[in-house]
Amino acid sequence: MFYRGHIEYKCEPNLTPMIDCTFQLVVFFLLTLNFSSDEQSELIRLPSSELAKPVEGAVETPITVQVLASGKVLFGGDVLTSEELRGPLRREREAIRSVLGRKLKNATIIIRADRDVPTGKVQEIIKICQEAEFERFSLRAKWKQP
Amino acid sequence: MKFAAKQEPAGEVQLNMTPMIDICFQLIIFFMLSLRLYSPEGDFGISMPIASPREGLPDEQQMLPVKVRVRADKNGNPAGITLGDRKLQSFSELALQARDILGMDRGPAGTFSSSEIELDCDYNLKFENVIKVLTAVTGYLADDKQTIIRLVEKIRFAPPRPPAQEEPSKKPTHPAPSNPPSEKPAESKPPS
Repeated sequence: MFYRGHIEYKCEPNLTPMIDCTFQLVVFFLLTLNFSSDEQSELIRLPSSELAKPVEGAVETPITVQVLASGKVLFGGDVLTSEELRGPLRREREAIRSVLGRKLKNATIIIRADRDVPTGKVQEIIKICQEAEFERFSLRAKWKQP
Repeated sequence: MKFAAKQEPAGEVQLNMTPMIDICFQLIIFFMLSLRLYSPEGDFGISMPIASPREGLPDEQQMLPVKVRVRADKNGNPAGITLGDRKLQSFSELALQARDILGMDRGPAGTFSSSEIELDCDYNLKFENVIKVLTAVTGYLADDKQTIIRLVEKIRFAPPRPPAQEEPSKKPTHPAPSNPPSEKPAESKPPS
């Protein structure tokens, strides 16, 4: 049967607010994205300090050694004892030496130690790094806004 | 020849939004998954070359390091702080004293560049206390609460104390007469 007065209804949702929201979200995530290659493990609860302001500019040749509350060391994704750290550190040293223009003297060992780790453990790790001929160290802390 | 009469378009040109929304959602999901919310972190620099500079002839300009000794109780909490010879009660007192000692030396004729802090901590002292000491000693916040005024740049650790030696250091007044030269403890302690 054919009706002469047939009207075709087109139902289209208004997508503009949704696209607006989507763009807002994209921009938010884009701005909060952290592309830094720093190794940061969530297992470590860093001590906080007012003076530990984030440094501007990258640290030259950073090597991150993370110390868990148990005293174990997290290095390059592996959980090691402090003695087992010697091998990987030696490899890092040779790698730095083999790259032209990089000096071992300028390499910085960044120590991210849990706030409950015994200080002696951190000192042991520093000593092991010293024996691998590293000289510069940084103790990392969370920045507490005053 | 007869052409069918061309029908005019309705007048409204509609863009197909579906692919754009798809891409936007893809982007959101990518950013969401790669999002890592971390609070900002900063560093305290420590320079510890393996060849100790103290072994050579002393430099005329070089000042003796200001020694900060922190003792720990058996839980790893601070049990006593000493700055040089002065015994202090808290980290805030340490900050004030350090400002007195090191803050005077700022300026071109000061000894800012040569003053040094040596940290001597018990083995089992919790690491957060080291950061507290460094916060107290290495600088302070200016009145605007933003600018950091550095008091000292050179920080180093004293040779580490073995964990076994911290017990006698807590009780320095006892002459320990009960176990004089017994051989058992000497055997049980391996040389570090």
